[in-house]
Amino acid sequence: MSDVVEKTLTALPSLLSLDSQPGSAKLSSTSKLGALIRGITELTSKHEEEKLIQRELASLKDQVSSPNTSMRQMKEAMVRAIYCEMLGYEASFSYIHAIKLAQQGSILDKRVGYLAVTLFLNENHELLLLLVNTVLKPNVPQRYDTCNTPLVEEKLNHPKEIIRRKAVLALYKFYLIAPNQVQHIHNRFRKALCDKDPGVMFASLHIYLQMIKGYKDLTASFVTILKQVVSGKLPMDFNYHSVPAPWLQIQLLRILSILGKNDQSTSEIMYDVLDESLKRAEINHNITYAILYECVKCIYTIYPKTDLLEKAAKCIGNFVLSSKINLKYLGLKALTYVVQQDPKLALQHQMTIIECLDHPDVIIKRETLELLFRITNAQNITVIVEKMLEFLHQSKDDHTTIDLVGKVAEIAEKYPLQTMNTVFSLGGDMIQPDIPNSFLKLLSEGFESEEENKKLRLFAVDSYILLLEGETRNLPQRFLQVISWVLGEYSHLRNDLDPARVMTLLTKLLEMRQTSSETKTWVLMAMTKLCSGEASVSIARSVCEDLSSSMDTVQRQRAHELLLLSQDRALRSQLLPLCSDPEPLEVDSSLSFLDAFVSEALAAGAAPYKPPHQRQEELAQQKALSLEPYELSLPINMSSSCVTGRQSPTLMSVSSGLSGDSAELSHKGGSTTLKLEGVKRVWGREGYLSKKEPVEEVAQAEIPSPLSSPNQHTGASGTSSNTHPPIPTPEPEQEKQQLASSLFVGLGSQSSLCLVRADIYSTQDVPSHSVAVFQYSLSVIRPVVHFEVMGMLSYQSSHKSHEVEFTYKLPLTNFIRPFTVSTEQYGAMWLAFSNDTKQNLNLVTDGQDSLTDTLNVLKGKLNLHIVEIIGMEGIVACRLAQDQPCLLHCHIHAGTLAVWLRSPVPDLPDSLLYHCQRALEGT
Amino acid sequence: MQFMLLFSRQGKLRLQKWYVPLSDKEKKKITRELVQTVLARKPKMCSFLEWRDLKVVYKRYASLYFCCAVEVQDNELITLEIIHRYVELLDKYFGSVCELDIIFNFEKAYFILDEFLLGGEAQETSKKNVLKAIEQADLLQEVRHKTLRRLKLYSRIGREM
Repeated sequence: MSDVVEKTLTALPSLLSLDSQPGSAKLSSTSKLGALIRGITELTSKHEEEKLIQRELASLKDQVSSPNTSMRQMKEAMVRAIYCEMLGYEASFSYIHAIKLAQQGSILDKRVGYLAVTLFLNENHELLLLLVNTVLKPNVPQRYDTCNTPLVEEKLNHPKEIIRRKAVLALYKFYLIAPNQVQHIHNRFRKALCDKDPGVMFASLHIYLQMIKGYKDLTASFVTILKQVVSGKLPMDFNYHSVPAPWLQIQLLRILSILGKNDQSTSEIMYDVLDESLKRAEINHNITYAILYECVKCIYTIYPKTDLLEKAAKCIGNFVLSSKINLKYLGLKALTYVVQQDPKLALQHQMTIIECLDHPDVIIKRETLELLFRITNAQNITVIVEKMLEFLHQSKDDHTTIDLVGKVAEIAEKYPLQTMNTVFSLGGDMIQPDIPNSFLKLLSEGFESEEENKKLRLFAVDSYILLLEGETRNLPQRFLQVISWVLGEYSHLRNDLDPARVMTLLTKLLEMRQTSSETKTWVLMAMTKLCSGEASVSIARSVCEDLSSSMDTVQRQRAHELLLLSQDRALRSQLLPLCSDPEPLEVDSSLSFLDAFVSEALAAGAAPYKPPHQRQEELAQQKALSLEPYELSLPINMSSSCVTGRQSPTLMSVSSGLSGDSAELSHKGGSTTLKLEGVKRVWGREGYLSKKEPVEEVAQAEIPSPLSSPNQHTGASGTSSNTHPPIPTPEPEQEKQQLASSLFVGLGSQSSLCLVRADIYSTQDVPSHSVAVFQYSLSVIRPVVHFEVMGMLSYQSSHKSHEVEFTYKLPLTNFIRPFTVSTEQYGAMWLAFSNDTKQNLNLVTDGQDSLTDTLNVLKGKLNLHIVEIIGMEGIVACRLAQDQPCLLHCHIHAGTLAVWLRSPVPDLPDSLLYHCQRALEGT
Repeated sequence: MQFMLLFSRQGKLRLQKWYVPLSDKEKKKITRELVQTVLARKPKMCSFLEWRDLKVVYKRYASLYFCCAVEVQDNELITLEIIHRYVELLDKYFGSVCELDIIFNFEKAYFILDEFLLGGEAQETSKKNVLKAIEQADLLQEVRHKTLRRLKLYSRIGREM
């Protein structure tokens, strides 16, 4: 007998050890789960893993649904199912079995069953109801649902603290889900708060944090509890790194800050304990910082007390200056919190803030911006918005971007004008065109109150007048457009403002060299709205005189309108009423109103419209085609959606009907306008002194002295403006003369159409030896294959006047520059450009590497830059002088060079392709 | 707290606990995104992340990342300490815990977490109490198995006798 017992005793440990033991991972490796995990780690590919798991799931499914599976095996299977779910494979078949396990198994099996259920099911799952039934039986109130409140309520009186604690937390969840369901047991919470076990008390704080507002009378109790905790009255168990119950402290501090908010008498009760907490938290450990942070937050939330604030501020200093990045972050966050009350605090830490702004960690940067956002005022707004926009440029995270854009918008609401002004002057001409549009829309449609609107508009007028009186040269064009629109629309609101003064300021803009012709049209529009009163009308007249011969037909038309309307007051007030309500304008983008015209033209034998691409192909087939007719067939800018109303100063409008004769002209002009900017030309008395390599800088100052005198003759208003487009196509003789005049002197006024005055020469005695040099810069606005520059030279010798006309044709290639980019940049740009053309071209087949040879020919003839050549593919880039790139992608396909051109500039790919074709034909 | 994730340096999920109802698809998406973001961060960087409308607090212990998502107004430092306390608990329970312990006994890791955090709130901050609760449950299990075995044993002994 005794040996049997002995045997049993020796066998016992080994039997026991079969079961899982805490603290040993090694043993479980014999289990099925262990086998599964090891199996997975041995696999090499995701695909294999998938196969293995599917097999595992299949066997699991068999196992759980078989009636012979014991609870123990079921438990094991459940663990494996959880594991599979964690790996991201669905094991929904096991859900119901998990509930079954929770229902039927022994306590231990139940535990796994519950675990599986909490992991598998979410609040809305249909099986949850079944689970509630299950939960009602055993006495572990871990799950919650609104219907079993009474049950949990009972548990609040349970002798064991662990169960009381869980019951309180369960009720807390009830409270979060349905606050009114637990209303009747509020006194129970109070009992929990007074529980002798700190754990239960702590659990009850969660509830109080949620519904504390109604319990001001408890302030003293909370303060007492905190006092006890801080002075270490709790059992040592609750210490964490020798700090007494930090979680409890933080929870209490949060509750106190809610209680003391905007309540002086309540706040006074807690000053002492807060002071105590600040003092006690000295040990240099994360947990003390956590308490300190919460303390500072509390001090700044409750009714303020000076010396506490000072201490808290010092405390924040410790955070901000800390070398630990986490503390620095919290310091910034705390600053963000307090600067609203005390912006001066930020001043102390300026340098740190500046450093943090350039911190490599985006999170720190982001928090710093948040801080800056809180201290925005009318003075620093420019810099702050600048920083925010900078960050936005780099940000890749959608959420951050949305948040930050929201912040900028919020600033914009507070300081609408300053912000938008900043955005305009910084973003300059880079910003999307719809931003100024929507800003103007905001101004015109306004906010709720009429009073606000008027204030805002008046403020806009005032600040813009101020801006225009200062230095205007560096303002971006779009901003100038906005300014002129606002002044035109709203300066009448300011009664003491003389329209003539505004007109004079606007005239200044017209005279500026930098002002683009688009902006000028806006300015003219504004003037049209403004010209009332003697003085303004006379200003208008002189402006009109200057511009009526402008080469830009749109400008000319606007000038004409201005002239007519300034004289006809009745018509003007009818056409441009003050403060009209914005009415939606309908624009027929399909241009259907032209249908009749088109069909008429077709009936009369006109050729149907062909897209540029098709024309290009046809051109390639008929190589003999001369270029003049081709040039004419280039697409004409048909932007005839006309809007002359006050509300949308759109620039593309051309045919307003007021001066119908210019409409046709403007179409031609629009397609081939040249902007005389960016290219240097040298002219002499003998004619054109060809200088092939134009310099990019506008060297306008180099006009020699004898010839600068014509400028003086034309008076103050006629200073040189270099944006007059020559028109290449045949036109009435008068047009040509106008073109010539403006091309040469840039005065634009027919009355002063004289280039080389006799008296200049006479002063020099030897006219035949003097050389007059004129320089003009040309830059391309719309690319065409060839540009035609025409001019007329008129001069007087002794008694006769002479006129010499000349024309000169410039191919597009003169304007092409190599564009040096990296392959990455090229790739990024390629995707961004919308205008493209594809074509097959001849290959140069003499050498070995025909692709390289062909590209070199193009490089040599057209001045292109070869970015990279890889195998049968090559990428090439060029640009117009004005930074308008064109990218070429070439690859060899079936014995030809397949070229794909892309550019942001319409027509540039087509025109450039033509030259590529020409360049390769010659070889 | 909204959820807690444990994942390895290779981005393998080791443990997940969600305290807010979310669909499986959503959970997967969040996990993937977060694991990527956290793994991409450099060691010297701040342990806090602003992510969507949440604050993510993460800490790396050896090869494991512990990652918690809390509400924006929550105290980040104390969340960091919650992570640390959990690691302490695991360490105490397993005896110098390693990733393998959590892989092979992940249900235990869950039990410990459940005793420590309930419904996303810290329920018991005393280390001793949490471990006591776990040990009691384990004891229950052992006692049951012991009795079971004894019964079997006795029946065998009985037969032999």
